[in-house]
Amino acid sequence: MSIQVNAIRSLFPILHQEVNGHPLIYFDNAATTQKPVAVLDAIQQYYEKDNSNIHRGAHTLADRATRQYEETRESVRSLLNAREAAEVIFTKGTTESINLVAKTFGSKFIQKGDEILISTLEHHSNIVPWQMLSEQNGAILKVIPITDSGELILEEFEKLLSSKTKLVCIVHASNALGTINPVKSIIAAAHAVGAKVLLDGAQSASHLEVDVQELDCDFLAFSAHKLYGPTGLGVLYGKRELLEEMPPFLGGGEMIREVTFEKTTYNTIPFKFEAGTPSIAEVIAFKPALDFIFTTGKKQILAHENDLLDYATGILRDVKGLIPVGTAPEKVAVFSFNVQGMHPFDVGQLLDAKGIAVRTGHHCTQPLMRRLGLEGTVRASFAVYNTRAEVDVFAQAVSKIASLKNK
Amino acid sequence: MSTIADIQNEIVSEFEILGDDRESTIFYIMELGGSLEPYPEDFRKDEYIIQGCQSKVWLVAEEQEGKVIYKADSNTDITKGLISLLIRVLNDRSPKEILEANLDFIPRIGMGNILGSQRSNGLAAMMNQMKRYALAFQTKQNA
Repeated sequence: MSIQVNAIRSLFPILHQEVNGHPLIYFDNAATTQKPVAVLDAIQQYYEKDNSNIHRGAHTLADRATRQYEETRESVRSLLNAREAAEVIFTKGTTESINLVAKTFGSKFIQKGDEILISTLEHHSNIVPWQMLSEQNGAILKVIPITDSGELILEEFEKLLSSKTKLVCIVHASNALGTINPVKSIIAAAHAVGAKVLLDGAQSASHLEVDVQELDCDFLAFSAHKLYGPTGLGVLYGKRELLEEMPPFLGGGEMIREVTFEKTTYNTIPFKFEAGTPSIAEVIAFKPALDFIFTTGKKQILAHENDLLDYATGILRDVKGLIPVGTAPEKVAVFSFNVQGMHPFDVGQLLDAKGIAVRTGHHCTQPLMRRLGLEGTVRASFAVYNTRAEVDVFAQAVSKIASLKNK
Repeated sequence: MSTIADIQNEIVSEFEILGDDRESTIFYIMELGGSLEPYPEDFRKDEYIIQGCQSKVWLVAEEQEGKVIYKADSNTDITKGLISLLIRVLNDRSPKEILEANLDFIPRIGMGNILGSQRSNGLAAMMNQMKRYALAFQTKQNA
C-alpha cells in the first residue's frame, strides 16, 4: 500500500507557507525533519497540564510526566527492537551519544596502542570524539577508505581489522552522499576479532528499519529531530552488559543510588547515564513522532522516499552541467550534486530564491569532501511528506541555474 | 568626480529596475561578478583571505598617488558580484574618503535580506578589511 502524501502533508503545518513568494519546498530533511502537529500538541499539552520533574515527585503531575517519559523509552525500544527499554538512553543528540561512548567506554576499555576504526564517510561528530580520545590515551585512529562513488572499500576494512581493533565506529547511512553501508557484515567481521561496533544512525534511523538485535551492533546513536521529533533529544542504544560495565558519563542528580561525602554509588541503567533533569517535554513529544512513523509504516516511508530519489536521479541525470556526487547503488533519500562552474553556495542561494530549501557546503564531512576533491555539494534530501511534483519544480530550477554556466 | 554617496545612489537605481524579484537580483549580482578584473595570482595566498567569510575571498590593496586601489576575488559568483560593487564604490579614492564612507547600498538594493546572516557577516568582514587597508595607508601618509 502506498502512502497518501496529501493526507500526510496536512499533518505538518510548517509545509503550508510561501517562502520568497513561492510555496515552500523543504528538501533539507537530512539536516532536520519537520514536525507533525501531534508533536507540537504534545509539547503544548505537557507544559499546560503535566509539567513537573520526573522520577522522584510524589504527586500526580510528576507521576503523569514520568509515565509518559518512560512510554517514549518503550517506543524507542520498539523502534529499534532492543531487548529491553533500559538499553535506551536519552541524550541531547547523536553527537552527545557518541561522546558519551568515547568518554565512558573509551576511557575504560581503550588503552594506549589500541585501534579505533572509522571511515572516510564519517560526520565530524563521529571523528572528533575519537580524535580527542586518542590524544588523551594514545589510542590509534585508522580510517577505512572509500571508492569514488562513495562506497567503503571492504577489502581495506578487512586489512585494517586486527586483534588491536577495539572499536569500529561507522556511519550506517552517509549524511553527505546517502550511501548505505553494509553494516551487518562489518559488525560480524569486527566481532570476529573481538572489537565492538558503534553505529552512527543519525540518517538511518529515520529511513531504514534498524533492528539492533538482528544487526547485533553494540551501540547505536541517533537524534529525535531527524525522525519528525523535537530538537535537543538523542538516543544512545547500548547492550546491557556493556552499559553496566561502563562508568557514568556526567555526575549529578538522577544517576546516583546513594551519595555520602565519602562515596557515591551509581544508579542502574539507563538512569546512570541520565544525570540531571532531562529534556522531559522533548522526550514526551517524541512519542507521537514515533507513533506517526509506526502508523505510516517504515516500509511505506522507505518505498516513498526511494521513489522520490529514483525519480529525482532520473530527471536530473540529463541536466547539462549537473554532476551527481555519491552514486552508490544503495542509498537513503539524499541527492548530492554540484553544478559545473558554480559554487554550491550560489546554487543554494538561487534555489532559496525559489522557495526551495537545500543544504550547501561540506555537510560536516570535510575529510570526505577533501577525499572527493570538492569544496562542498548541494544536497537535496527527501522525507515522507515530499512529492514528485516538488521534485519537478526543483529539477526545473536546477536546470535553469545549470544553464547559466553550461550553455 | 562623483562621490561615494553618488555611486551608491547610482547602484541603487540600477537595482530598482529589477524590482524585488530575488532571482533576478541574484542573477544580476552574479553577472556583475563576471566583470571583475582578474586577481593578481601572486596574491592568491592564505594571508590575503578574509577571515569570517563562508566562501573564500582574497583581497589586496595598494596605494597609487594617494588613492587606494583594491583587487579582490572569490570562489563564488554571488560574492564576486558583491565585491565588484564594493570596488566600484571605493576604488581610486583617498583613504580619508573611504574611512568616512557610510556604506549603505547593500541593504538598499535588498541584498541584506537575500544574503541571510551568515553571508552578511562575511560581507561586513570584507568591508572592514577594505577600511583597514585605507586606515593603514592613511597612517602611512600622515607619518
